[in-house]
Amino acid sequence: MSQKTTDRRTFLKRGAAIAGGLTAAAAKPTSAQLADPEGFIRGSEELVAYGKRSRFETGHRIPHGGRASPDTFGLDFHIATPLQESVGVITPSSLHYVGTTRGAFVPDIDPEKHRLMIHGMVDNPLVFTLEELKRLPSVTRQHFIECAGNRSNRRHTNVQQTHGMTSNAEWTGVLLSTLLEEAGVHADADWVVAEGVEEVKGASSIPMTKAMDDVMICYGMNGEAVRPQQGYPLRLLAPGFEGIFNVKWLRRIKVVDQYYMTYNDYGHLARSPVNAALGYQIGPKSVITFPSGSQQLPGAGFYEISGLAWSGGGRVSRVEISTDGGASWTTANIRGEAQPMAHTRFSYEWTWDGSPCELQSRCIDEIGQVQPSRAEALAFFSTDGEPVRFVPGQDNSIQPWRVDSDGSVHNAIT
Amino acid sequence: MRLLKWLLSLSLPLLLLGGYVAQAQSPTYGVGRTPTAEEIRAWDIAISPTGDELPEGGGTADQGSELYLEKGCAGCHGTTGTGGIAPRLVKRDVGPNADPWDYGRVLPIRSPYATTVWDFINRAMPLGAEGTLTPDEVYALTAYLFYINELIEDDVVLNRENLPGMKMPNADNWVQVPDWFPGQPRLQGYPH
Repeated sequence: MSQKTTDRRTFLKRGAAIAGGLTAAAAKPTSAQLADPEGFIRGSEELVAYGKRSRFETGHRIPHGGRASPDTFGLDFHIATPLQESVGVITPSSLHYVGTTRGAFVPDIDPEKHRLMIHGMVDNPLVFTLEELKRLPSVTRQHFIECAGNRSNRRHTNVQQTHGMTSNAEWTGVLLSTLLEEAGVHADADWVVAEGVEEVKGASSIPMTKAMDDVMICYGMNGEAVRPQQGYPLRLLAPGFEGIFNVKWLRRIKVVDQYYMTYNDYGHLARSPVNAALGYQIGPKSVITFPSGSQQLPGAGFYEISGLAWSGGGRVSRVEISTDGGASWTTANIRGEAQPMAHTRFSYEWTWDGSPCELQSRCIDEIGQVQPSRAEALAFFSTDGEPVRFVPGQDNSIQPWRVDSDGSVHNAIT
Repeated sequence: MRLLKWLLSLSLPLLLLGGYVAQAQSPTYGVGRTPTAEEIRAWDIAISPTGDELPEGGGTADQGSELYLEKGCAGCHGTTGTGGIAPRLVKRDVGPNADPWDYGRVLPIRSPYATTVWDFINRAMPLGAEGTLTPDEVYALTAYLFYINELIEDDVVLNRENLPGMKMPNADNWVQVPDWFPGQPRLQGYPH
């Protein structure tokens, strides 16, 4: 029996046990078999009209946070992205994570009937149709969105569970500042309340400084219309802010002079200035997506470590990798050009010697914020003699993955 | 004063029609139309802590206790405001001098503003029939939730005059999110 055959058999045997699936590029080439295609894909009107992925690609979203989605009533709750399958930086629209404020029915909206109203402390209250919004100067930008509850714990086994409540898309729309300038905002207005049209009318207060800076009113996502689960036909995007600010099915912007303490805002209620500040803009964060929990390395040798980094503070300026559990750090490669408040792909050329090790990544953003280790974050929130075991608010701490000598990869949070 | 400003903004469309364009900042693109005052009123359901947008009407906890059963609230939140599948609505019993934060994540006792409670019932309750409650019913249900949390008596008529002024236990016991500016770290001095 040739060495190659043995490798292939070993790989197949191990592969069968992998729940999340192994990135094909990571396996040793199965060159013992030079196979022909399985057949051909017969053309159909459906495939001509709107293509679909290969039947061999099975990455899929999963309900997140312990609640069924959809539930028995057809309500969507939290749904996580399969980051372990991700390549590049764009999350396909069909795989974008979904968060809802209470568990929401996705409204079925006729775009011809949908309206956006801007009113309150403005000179000219305005109502726009979709068609009218598309006449205005547009921007197209990549941005991530992340749920504030996107946190890893020791029971999670793969990166979809630990980090799947963030995604990154190319968004197209009008800057909110364009609409606010058109409406003429009063000098003493310092907040906007953005509201959706779904049955709970989810609403969030957004500071005017943010509204006038980079908030987008989006009708486009990854080159087509925003998907219904993402707010079709119109959603607000507050780059770098916690997920709940990114109001879906947007129908109203009210310009006001006080914090409205909507139910969504109440979810951020804090009694300490530290918690209030840290539960607002997403911190610098990163995670290795390959190799990551539940994946299997076929043996010692060369691998490109790959992952995603992002920050609500701006561009990712550097990502560092540790292959020794955080004892030493090396700078990773940034693939492509880092965009502000967007997932950024990083990579690191690594030759695994086959011995057990622990992989970590950390993100440093353009304003100097550094992703903390779990121990550092917990220490910060611990008071004298009272250690905490849970990072309050968002948890942007470093994710450790342990590689065992058999090549299996595990969540190393203890 | 705020109410005045708000009313003023409502009347602007009329001013525009009347030819007083010079008072308004002129639009650059001229795309979109001016909503009518009635259209704004119909959609303007966000209630500020100062209560400017609260409608006329009123209700008592006594009336609210009946609505709580009638409207099906008890089915999800429990007949006593606890024990259902939906969030708890009555404070935990943690003794007479408790820190209000120890009552639990219970909207009608933790919220620093009474208006948030009114606003959320009005916009998002009851499940499956959101937006169908009349202002009187929302006032009554709000009063009932405050009553079971021992904030008011069962015969107090809550209305747009007295609701915003209600002193909630956490009124001065929370911190505002910091002012936000582009390129600013989440927390000045945060070591990471």
